[in-house]
Amino acid sequence: MPPREGTYGLLAEFDTPSDLVRAAQKARHDGWRRMDCYTPYPVEEAAEAIGFHRNKVPLVTLIGGLIGLCAMFSLETWISTLAYPLNIGGRPTYSWPAFVVPAYEWTILWAGLSAAFGMLALNGLPSLYHPLFNAPNFRNGASNDKFFLCLEALDPKFDLVETKAYLKTLDAVSVVEVEY
Amino acid sequence: MATSEVNVKTAGVDPKTGEYRVVGEGQTFGSVTEKITQIVLTPHTPLGWFALFGIGGAGATMLLVAVTWLFLKGVGIWAITQPVAWGFAIINFVWWIGIGHAGTLISAILLLFKQSWRNSINRFAEAMTIFAVVCAGMFPLIHVGRPWLGYWLFPLPLTMDVWPQFRSPLLWDVFAVSTYATISVVFWYIGMVPDFGTLRDRAESKFAQYIYGMLSLGWRGSVRHWMRYETASLLLAGLATPLVLSVHTVISFDFAVAVLPGWHTTIFPPYFVAGAIYSGFAMVLTLAIPLRKFYGLEKLVTERHIDNMGKVMLATGFIVAYGYGLEAFMAWYSASHWEAFMFWNRMFGPMGWSYWVLITCNLAIPLTTLWVRKWRRNMTFMFLLSLVVNTGMWFERFVIVVTSLYRDFLPSSWGTYRATKWDYMTFVGTLGLFTALFLLFVRFLPMIPMNEIKLMLPSAKIKPKAAEAAD
Repeated sequence: MPPREGTYGLLAEFDTPSDLVRAAQKARHDGWRRMDCYTPYPVEEAAEAIGFHRNKVPLVTLIGGLIGLCAMFSLETWISTLAYPLNIGGRPTYSWPAFVVPAYEWTILWAGLSAAFGMLALNGLPSLYHPLFNAPNFRNGASNDKFFLCLEALDPKFDLVETKAYLKTLDAVSVVEVEY
Repeated sequence: MATSEVNVKTAGVDPKTGEYRVVGEGQTFGSVTEKITQIVLTPHTPLGWFALFGIGGAGATMLLVAVTWLFLKGVGIWAITQPVAWGFAIINFVWWIGIGHAGTLISAILLLFKQSWRNSINRFAEAMTIFAVVCAGMFPLIHVGRPWLGYWLFPLPLTMDVWPQFRSPLLWDVFAVSTYATISVVFWYIGMVPDFGTLRDRAESKFAQYIYGMLSLGWRGSVRHWMRYETASLLLAGLATPLVLSVHTVISFDFAVAVLPGWHTTIFPPYFVAGAIYSGFAMVLTLAIPLRKFYGLEKLVTERHIDNMGKVMLATGFIVAYGYGLEAFMAWYSASHWEAFMFWNRMFGPMGWSYWVLITCNLAIPLTTLWVRKWRRNMTFMFLLSLVVNTGMWFERFVIVVTSLYRDFLPSSWGTYRATKWDYMTFVGTLGLFTALFLLFVRFLPMIPMNEIKLMLPSAKIKPKAAEAAD
């Protein structure tokens, strides 16, 4: 991606999660779509307020788990019946009840790895640089005790002066312009 | 908890609800961040840390010596022989992995049950899990005699064209324990990512900013990220719960699938899992009580936590007691000569003392005293009790492994078991390694999850404008 220039968005700071949620609800109601909230811990109400209701992590996890299950069960079957059949106390080569345990473990292994790495991938992480880190109050704010609402410049409603004034009406403690 | 039972003036009790506070009074978002990051980011390492790290490091060095000699000479330097072919290595393996299970229980099962009090102890309980699994995983590997061939355990397409045998519980163990180790590490790391973000933002030195910045993966606290993160945490918890139950079940199969009296019983899976949690909670107490004192975390790890852990131990202790009782009952009810002899020999044979140590440490002392709330909230008592239970649970595995083996079907093959100095050095060495790893964790990683504590604070409650004005 070529380096972008100009303004990423306007970042409004709030002292309490309640202020943030109210502001986000208002902005959403007023037609804003390209926006995000930044909080030191998960604030479910803020996600609801910006219209983020569901995510794809469970689907990714399910697919991962099924892959693990099928992979291990077929590997066990192939090894025990075709690649290296062994007579263990006269048991059938295809002794499926014994195969359940490793297949079960691999279901969990692959589902767990898919949940963790799928979550990171859907979040676009790792990404060590982000324009918001340029904002002076963002550092040591969003990861500590401050709550932020960012209205992004990509939204068609965005206008530097008007949006700044608009954010002031939402009881923001401060509004900062964030550059790329 | 009924309010009438509790003296509401007692420190730590919320007068409004009559419940013990999970987080001490007067904590704010900022104070939580300050308290936890400061432990990690301070340039001054306490002298006591160095002293303990020295002891742990000496233990780890001893482990290195013992294992090096083992690799040079072979497992003959241990006391294992016929008929006791499984000795300290398997005892220690089961003991360590059992300790690990409490960490997963706290981080996963209690999360699913919405027991928010576990938020302040889950991180170091998970760390304890990982370091315990590190110690545990080593034992089967060094016990096989030729550890450099350890990769034969995995289904790999090797030129010799030999494949593993999937009907053996010993192979199931390979998958259970390796999955457990992987998922525990992933769960632990993912849990720390947002806290690494906080440390990155608060670190003064460039080096610390760089390292924590890399570890945080660029976490910026977007609520979209948080929601996916919460879903992933919940799913990992949901996956870790059946996993932790299956791991100790599979370990108990190593014994139960054999036809040996004393091993061949169906009670083993639940009894092993309960025992694992019992000993694991004891280890959490052994670690948590000195830590909260040393680092002044009394407001985050409160008396309520210690009290609750005591209750969990009481419950799991009784499941373990049921297991012991049923073993004795089956020895009689099976009408099997061999079962009855094994049990008599276990209690009154030449190694009978180990059975009575186990009964004293696991049943007699904890299951009588843990009923009393006053004692459950006495830190000195709980610390000592946790050491007693840890000892008792080690002896439980000793009893299962050794006293089932040393007098088997044929009196002419009877033997005994006397651990050698290499056995002791290896075991004490893993205690040192565990201590050293845990101290490194306490010094360099956030030991209490900040975001989960913040979520529990009263100021995290979203209020409508009118209610806020009324406050």
